[in-house]
Amino acid sequence: MTDDQLDLIFKALSDSTRRRIIDHLSKRPAQSLFEVCAASVAEDGIALSRQTVSQHLAVLEKAGLIEIEWKGRTKAHSLSVSEDDIAAASWLTKYKPKGNET
Amino acid sequence: MKIYVTSVFVDSQDKAEKFYTEILGFKVKHNIPLGANRWLTVVSEEEPDGTELLLEPSDHPAVGPYKEALVADGISAHSFQVQDLDAEWKKLTDRGVEFTTEPMDAGPVRMAVFDDTCGNLIQLIQMKDA
Repeated sequence: MTDDQLDLIFKALSDSTRRRIIDHLSKRPAQSLFEVCAASVAEDGIALSRQTVSQHLAVLEKAGLIEIEWKGRTKAHSLSVSEDDIAAASWLTKYKPKGNET
Repeated sequence: MKIYVTSVFVDSQDKAEKFYTEILGFKVKHNIPLGANRWLTVVSEEEPDGTELLLEPSDHPAVGPYKEALVADGISAHSFQVQDLDAEWKKLTDRGVEFTTEPMDAGPVRMAVFDDTCGNLIQLIQMKDA
């Protein structure tokens, strides 16, 4: 994975709201913008504007962590985390102190 | 001042009249010819003198893109209140209504969203403490 891609993934993960969106999409895939907003209110008690959620979803999509499909005429967002993404986000593990390997 | 009518833009008034009466169970209140279209309103059987819902034609060029953009983001054009959301969901599903959001809890309400087959998403709401 290139540094540019790594930047996008770390940027996407660097915001608690985006991490919560990932949590929600892992529980229930194929959510519309409206559903992501509703889940935020229902599960976290945080009312986010559609504009805000829309921007967060765009950052996650750019990082390749979510994928878009159309459910009829409605845009649905699902989690799309690859082995490569997980390996990339584990970037620090290569500096794990020697002798602590389990 | 009071709100006596509110509207939803429908692709076809004929199709909407069928869906909103036969499937949803509303009653036609006004049906007045108006040029190529009709002043067509429905009311809830629970509130025959309550606010009317105007099934408004989508002729204006701005209406198509407006409806399309709302549906793309899963945003409902209107919201109706029910006493028992899960019972209503079952009844409508049996009648072939397609739900885009299955019943879910959202804070103080339980909600679901369905496709009205006339170009709109409609939200159903149950107040949980009611």
